[in-house]
Amino acid sequence: MMNKFFTGLVKFVDGEFTITTKRKAKPARRHTDHHEPTFKERFTQWHDEKGPAFFKAAYGIASIVICLTMITILLITASFLPEYGNPDNPVNNEVSERYIEKGLEETGSVNIVSGMILDYRAFDTLGESHVLFTASAAVMLLMKKEKRGKEQTDRFSPKRDIIVKTVAQIIIPFLLVYGVYLMLNGHLSPGGGFSAGAVMGAALILFSSAFGYKKIKTVFTEKFIKIVTLASLLFYAGIKCYSFYTGANHIPTGIPLGQPGAILSSGLILPLNIAVGLVVTCTMYSFYSLFSKGEI
Amino acid sequence: MPFVANFPLFCIVITLAGSVATSMLNGKNAFRLNTFIISLCLVMNFSLLVYLVTNPQQITYMMGHFPAPWGNETRFGPLEALVATVFCFVMLVSLISGKTDIFEDVKSDRVNIFYVMINLLMSSLLALVYTNDLFTAYVFVEINTLSACSVVMAKENGKTISATIRYLIMSLLGSGLFLMSIILLYDLTGHLLMVNIHENLVQLMASGDYMFPLTIIVGLLSVGMAMKSALFPFHTWLSHAHGSATTASSSILSGLVLKGYIILLIKVYCRVIGIEIVSQMKVLNILFVFGVMGMIIGSIDAIGETHIKRMIAYSSVAQMGYIYVGISLGTTAGFVAAVFHIIVHAFTKPMLFSAAGGFASASGHKYHFDQLKGAAYRNPIAGVAFVIGSLSMIGIPFFAGFGAKYYLSTAAMTNPGKMWFVLLALAISTVLNAVYYIKALATVYSREGVEDTARRKISKSYTIGMSLFIVANVALGLFYQRIVDILSLGMKFF
Amino acid sequence: MGPNLLNNYFETAAMILFGIGFTTLFLQPNLIKKVIGLNIMDSAIYLFLAAKGYIDGRLAPIVVNGVTDMETYINPIPSGLVLTGIVVGVSVTAVSLSLIQKLYKEYHTLDMDEILTKVSKEGDH
Repeated sequence: MMNKFFTGLVKFVDGEFTITTKRKAKPARRHTDHHEPTFKERFTQWHDEKGPAFFKAAYGIASIVICLTMITILLITASFLPEYGNPDNPVNNEVSERYIEKGLEETGSVNIVSGMILDYRAFDTLGESHVLFTASAAVMLLMKKEKRGKEQTDRFSPKRDIIVKTVAQIIIPFLLVYGVYLMLNGHLSPGGGFSAGAVMGAALILFSSAFGYKKIKTVFTEKFIKIVTLASLLFYAGIKCYSFYTGANHIPTGIPLGQPGAILSSGLILPLNIAVGLVVTCTMYSFYSLFSKGEI
Repeated sequence: MPFVANFPLFCIVITLAGSVATSMLNGKNAFRLNTFIISLCLVMNFSLLVYLVTNPQQITYMMGHFPAPWGNETRFGPLEALVATVFCFVMLVSLISGKTDIFEDVKSDRVNIFYVMINLLMSSLLALVYTNDLFTAYVFVEINTLSACSVVMAKENGKTISATIRYLIMSLLGSGLFLMSIILLYDLTGHLLMVNIHENLVQLMASGDYMFPLTIIVGLLSVGMAMKSALFPFHTWLSHAHGSATTASSSILSGLVLKGYIILLIKVYCRVIGIEIVSQMKVLNILFVFGVMGMIIGSIDAIGETHIKRMIAYSSVAQMGYIYVGISLGTTAGFVAAVFHIIVHAFTKPMLFSAAGGFASASGHKYHFDQLKGAAYRNPIAGVAFVIGSLSMIGIPFFAGFGAKYYLSTAAMTNPGKMWFVLLALAISTVLNAVYYIKALATVYSREGVEDTARRKISKSYTIGMSLFIVANVALGLFYQRIVDILSLGMKFF
Repeated sequence: MGPNLLNNYFETAAMILFGIGFTTLFLQPNLIKKVIGLNIMDSAIYLFLAAKGYIDGRLAPIVVNGVTDMETYINPIPSGLVLTGIVVGVSVTAVSLSLIQKLYKEYHTLDMDEILTKVSKEGDH
């Protein structure tokens, strides 16, 4: 009984109350002692009849209690934190000082954040772009349709509305040019690979919903998208492996940093931004097309 | 710096790049490339381990051109190299022995994506073992979560998908708490690298004002990691996720994925917060209580279970309890016992899951005990493996599990306040373990009412994988003293 | 209670949002709302980080006219962390939505409890 109580309690706290295990255990037991209505059986009966309403109410109470406790604890913690906007906070230490004061000289990047994420802390960013890759592979694993007739793809194809078409015609060139600008200027101005990829991905999504899948498939076939992702990610991993290897073994990379502020400057940051931008574009578009029609 | 020091970087990058390359191949070639990559990682990690055992030291490896507080770094000693070697070995053998099931359970045009996920899982585990940076750890924890979920859902049916979403939700809650605690730590100390955070924390603690926020931070972090590694009150997702996935996934999830988070937690306790500060906190007592309850309730749940894979999964809950009890002792001996338990469990549990998979495929893909009668005669090598695994899990002398329990009880001596509880819980849990494992053994070896005991055809890869598992477990049982020596050495350079 | 609760109003807001998001993800039976809770939780963390980077009266960390003085710019680290956080959040959301879509196709409901009841009725093999 203790065990029953605990599992019940736990499942209730867990918020995903189920009767899976108990249900399955039951039929086997019924064969041995099916005459006496045990406490367990009465509990199950009660649970089946009144359970849903009871647990709905319990959910409500539990969520309010947990929410308030959590918020109170966190607020007390927040009250101990250093003051907002104060330049003497512990976060403004020698780390950010070096990023700001030496960043331009050491990475060649005018945009300090780009310099930080793609040079000083590049290992995080390497992982981050692979998180995106993981997600796109996972979505592909789930959403990819089995190969069937063609007519099903056409059924989900968006209606070619005249308003959407006209607006898309005007706006898509600007979006694409702006995306490319963000990608190529990531080391000079706000922007960088991730935001550029989001903008270009949006342009592709708009294109495919305005003009249909057939049009966009003239260039962006599944193979094309896979090859672009593959090339960018392999380039990224390879170049960063080289950079980590030389850094740890104290070998100079031999890559010129160039004149700060020029478009061809800041060493590896520009090619990395391009690679990241392409990966993000392809991932965003493939999310959309996998969700809407089950294939790229 | 010796050349072997580059190997962790090479392993991580090769597995990442391998995952991308695998997505372009078909299933068979994906399996070959994957086996090659993981074997390569195994060789590299093993040579690093040999180097570090002969020249004991902690190597600090800069990831890039900038030293510690500015750039990322990895940091490793004998302990990390040993754990990484074990992870690579177990991953390789689980995949080999589960190969037939993977190709049966996963749709043929998606097998390559399954191997993509395995590669990503491997790289994230290695990164979690080697990294010295909390934010890097967060990023790789997320890769780990997503790829582990994908490995579960690869066998697509309603059951696995609903198990996956429960697993995903629990994991996301865990990573949310983990991220919050990292950021609070960053706010208080201004650093993201473990060693630098520790230096600043010591100064903060000296001023004495920050005990409360620090306790909350450690609490959030521990709860986050406990959710991800299925400590007792958060374990409800585990039996469904591990019970319904394909054989290799269950092996990898229970043997490795849960352990990666615990290694990270131990790292946070030892390297970021510091053993002295952690052992003063009440958080460890909470973990201790949950650990002890997990040891007992996991075993009780396993006794009531009729599905063989779910029974083994509940047994994992109990084993996670052992590991958390080891951690919550708050002493070096306790951490050594916990890591040794991780290694033993990583060898044994995947073997049990593979054996269960073997029984099931020899009995028409049935998993319930009443359908598994006499399964050990239909698949003898799985039977042998199941015997060895069960004896080890129960804790019979000359098997690895005995060593794990022995070291846990000696470690308990270092913490007089908790000693008796640990010994009592160990005794109860051992008896309960014996009950359900012996019941399972009796079922698979029973001849009663079973006509069909003819030997089934067993695939070559399964035989190879299981033989490797059996050899490894027997060897671990005979030579565990050596492993514990390496761990104690590694703890000095942790 | 520490001294800075009312000074840290961004942090306060972030903590409240975090609590709400966490609870929604934890206990809300509707799966889509769970994902919304996840996003609230993530956004709370981004807000918190953005507040951490801010320093009164300083500029965004893009070097202007070659001035590289620490007194001129805000802290660049939280911005980088937010960027990483956003990418991770997008990926996780995509995977959970695709899982939910798959579940909906299988069981025709978004309620987690109903799904689990249906799963347990299915029996197992």
